[in-house]
Amino acid sequence: MRRGLATILLIVLAFAAAPAGAVNPDEMLDDPVLEARARDISTGLRCLVCQNQSIDNSNAGLARDLRLLVRERLVAGDSDDEVRAYIVARYGDFVLLRPPFKPETYFLWFGPGLILALGVIGVAVYLRRRPAASAHGFAPLDPEEQARLARLLDDEDGLAPKS
Amino acid sequence: MSATAKDTIKDGIVARRLIYLAPILFFVVVSGYFLWGLNPERDPRVLPSVMIDKPAPEFTAGPLAGTAVPGLATADLKSGQVTLFNVFASWCIPCRAEHPFLMDLAQRGEVAIFGLNYKNKPEEASAWLRDLGNPYTRIGTDEKGRIGIDWGVSGVPETFVIDGTGRIRYRHWGPIDKDALERTILPLIEELRG
Repeated sequence: MRRGLATILLIVLAFAAAPAGAVNPDEMLDDPVLEARARDISTGLRCLVCQNQSIDNSNAGLARDLRLLVRERLVAGDSDDEVRAYIVARYGDFVLLRPPFKPETYFLWFGPGLILALGVIGVAVYLRRRPAASAHGFAPLDPEEQARLARLLDDEDGLAPKS
Repeated sequence: MSATAKDTIKDGIVARRLIYLAPILFFVVVSGYFLWGLNPERDPRVLPSVMIDKPAPEFTAGPLAGTAVPGLATADLKSGQVTLFNVFASWCIPCRAEHPFLMDLAQRGEVAIFGLNYKNKPEEASAWLRDLGNPYTRIGTDEKGRIGIDWGVSGVPETFVIDGTGRIRYRHWGPIDKDALERTILPLIEELRG
């Protein structure tokens, strides 16, 4: 019983811990509101060194420099968008982990929908073109086949093994 | 059978045959993508620079202590001469690899090479240059890496070709080698001199 409780407590505590990222205490701003905004911006900015991490959880030197820069801009009074624009002006859209919505990225945003639509059209065309008969899986028997079927059903010897 | 009926049948057959081309088309598109993606010559870390064709960012960088050359500022890049702007550090191994090419270029004297010493201790950087030789006619220090960020630098070394008006015309990511120098950088310098 006590072990069970301890296990549950351990699990709860493990999940209660906030993800720490790579932000060192000395980087953090004293103002919790600004710090929260800085964290929010940092998690959306790509680290240029280890490209699939955000600067918020990368230990690279450049990521740290960019984290400090983000905080400096916020303290200087920039809005979140202005901070992002500042970084994008230097490193391009690639630095944003969430790609922006603009003509160059229309294919990225609409691509999956476009492919789905093409697929739906393809399936619809295929289903409409398919001959009606094959929809049941069989074509109806013609008179000759009907007659042969009747003959086979009547004639026991035709199917049963000879005893 | 009339001529038109025959044509209709023929058209139908052609349309059906075209369907057999679809997998081939699909194959060509997919394999083209793989050829691009798996090409060992392509380094996915290299990102296109957004600084191309923009004026060099405003900066003033103090000289590197322990060397005889002056510091570097944006005005020095607007001298009317084509210049190379090379971001380097003594802790960067690829910088060591590209260093002989810079020395060679400096000896030829065709183009002024300016250096930005990126996030480096001055005494280590100057010792490094004393050991290997100094190809730079001006060196600015960027101990905090802020100037590097303004240039969109994501790693050292990086080399920019600046035209006489102080506009960035080209960026080379990673160490300069013989290929990059002879195929791209030198022809571009020639072209910019016009």
